[in-house]
Amino acid sequence: MLGNSILLAFREIRRNVLRSFLTILGIVIGVAAVIIMVTIGGGATVQVSQQISNLGSNLLMVTPGKRLGPGQTSETVPFKMSDVDAITRDVSSIAAVAPVSSRSLQAVAGNSNWSTTVTGTENSYFKVTKRSIRSGRTFSESELRSGSAVCILGDTVRRKLFGNQDPLGEKIRLEKLSCKVIGLMEPKGQSTMGTDQDDLVVIPLRTLQRRVTGSTNIGLIQVSVRDGASTEKVQMEIGQLMRERRHLAPEEDDNFNVMDMKEITKMLTGTTQLLTALLSAVAAVSLLVGGIGIMNIMLVSVTERTHEIGIRLAIGALEREVLMQFLVEAVVLSSFGGLLGIVLALAGSVWLSGLLRVPFVFNAGIVMIAFLFSAAVGVIFGYFPALKAARLDPIVALRHE
Amino acid sequence: MKDLSGQPLIVLKGVTKIFGEGQAAVEALRGVDLRIDTGEFVAVMGPSGSGKSTCMNILGCLDTPTAGSFLFKGVDVGQLSRNSRALLRRHYQGFVFQGFNLLNRTSALENVELPLIYRGISAAQRKERALRALETVGLKGWERLTPGELSGGMQQRVAIARAIVTGPTVLLADEPTGNLDTARSREIMDLLTLLNRDSGITIIMVTHEPDMATYAKRIIHFLDGTVALDEKTGGKN
Repeated sequence: MLGNSILLAFREIRRNVLRSFLTILGIVIGVAAVIIMVTIGGGATVQVSQQISNLGSNLLMVTPGKRLGPGQTSETVPFKMSDVDAITRDVSSIAAVAPVSSRSLQAVAGNSNWSTTVTGTENSYFKVTKRSIRSGRTFSESELRSGSAVCILGDTVRRKLFGNQDPLGEKIRLEKLSCKVIGLMEPKGQSTMGTDQDDLVVIPLRTLQRRVTGSTNIGLIQVSVRDGASTEKVQMEIGQLMRERRHLAPEEDDNFNVMDMKEITKMLTGTTQLLTALLSAVAAVSLLVGGIGIMNIMLVSVTERTHEIGIRLAIGALEREVLMQFLVEAVVLSSFGGLLGIVLALAGSVWLSGLLRVPFVFNAGIVMIAFLFSAAVGVIFGYFPALKAARLDPIVALRHE
Repeated sequence: MKDLSGQPLIVLKGVTKIFGEGQAAVEALRGVDLRIDTGEFVAVMGPSGSGKSTCMNILGCLDTPTAGSFLFKGVDVGQLSRNSRALLRRHYQGFVFQGFNLLNRTSALENVELPLIYRGISAAQRKERALRALETVGLKGWERLTPGELSGGMQQRVAIARAIVTGPTVLLADEPTGNLDTARSREIMDLLTLLNRDSGITIIMVTHEPDMATYAKRIIHFLDGTVALDEKTGGKN
């Protein structure tokens, strides 16, 4: 009997190809939107994790401020250079410690200018962030100590300011500070959330503090743990050291943060996942709207085909057969919409992931869920019109033209 | 379903049908007694409002009497559920209507296959039987066309093919020639006569036209909800 209902449904859909297509468009778009959102979101999450693991699992970030939630901090007590020295001196199993302070500035060279991030740090920065110098050199001891006007360029800045010329030995201006280019960094490419990791200028920390920000605060301390040593242990040691240095009573919470890559991953992917969930929810609403579209067209269809239903009932169709026919028709319509949506979504995801440079991660779960949901939409929104059809009085229905 | 043989095909006993309630109540049938046996060819005549259509609806198990009983092969149809009545229609009755009542935009073949689909007959057999029914009504080679592409007479032939494809015991025809010109009407009547004679299908036909009624072997005249005259005629065999 189900087979017959499906046969009748297909015949009916074939009789009204254009209308059937327009009816399922809502479902197609809804399903496609949900799948694309989840797939791209999943890809972005994977990318974030990948890039963070590229940085190395032995990296710790020490930031000032209480932890409130993903990405949120409260009022901060900033770090000073003495904190960096204390970590270097007192914490064991450390490979390198880098103080990092950054500021967004306009970099100018000749006629070109480019807005970029200027990072004040020390040579340990290159080790901690696994950056290498392509040409030129790192800072000398005396340049670091005296806060000399020298800088090392990221590849994007080099390209924007100098094009094909060799920048080594040239001068660039960062606000009022004119500094000499002494080195170029190896490009690292795009990162997490699509930011360009090569869009930066590195200068000695002291230079930034004295001649740009005018404060001795340090925004962030990056620590890389020695290979083979326990990250958790180092994390704990830094935590204890910082509590002592900040004179925190035992009942007080930390007013700083020591995050390892796992936590950073969690924080960043948490944001991505939240965004994905939000966008998917919006997309799911369009599925619901698609369902209402199906109900509407099924109701129209029942009214329009009252005469036909009369014929079927007169010929000897049972109430439940007419019910099944219309229900199956709605489900076939909506499932077909679901299938089309899936095809569209896969094509769209592959295309979009290429465009956004996010890996394409096929998520079989969401494809299944989206399909089942679209079929369920057919059942739910098709039932009422189908019942209406099945309850028709054949005599009245036959008279209806 | 229990064995329905050995009983007269149709027996109406004091069948009354009232539409509406109270002041607005209309008595469409007032105690109709009637017996129709297998193999008869009956024409039902009468002016509008005489109750003949109501009687046909009851005979076709589409409606039930308000009072009295309608026995189809001994089964009291008035006591049956809607579903059981649908099953009776499906297994024993074929319908032909004045307005043909074919599914639009659906080929003649698919229209004729329709009752077989509800009977759960396999696709191959369905097609074969539908083609045979179309051949019987003289539409061999026209099965791919839709009702819109066929003339009125041909549409009525498709409708007859659909009615007989299940091999029914009784064919109920409600003014089958009402929408056709005289020549087409004669063809349809000849076809019905043939079906009655060769296939032994009982035919009950409502008609306005005395010309068409002469094809039947028995003519029942309705007037004001009762049977006014029940005459045997020769038919045109």
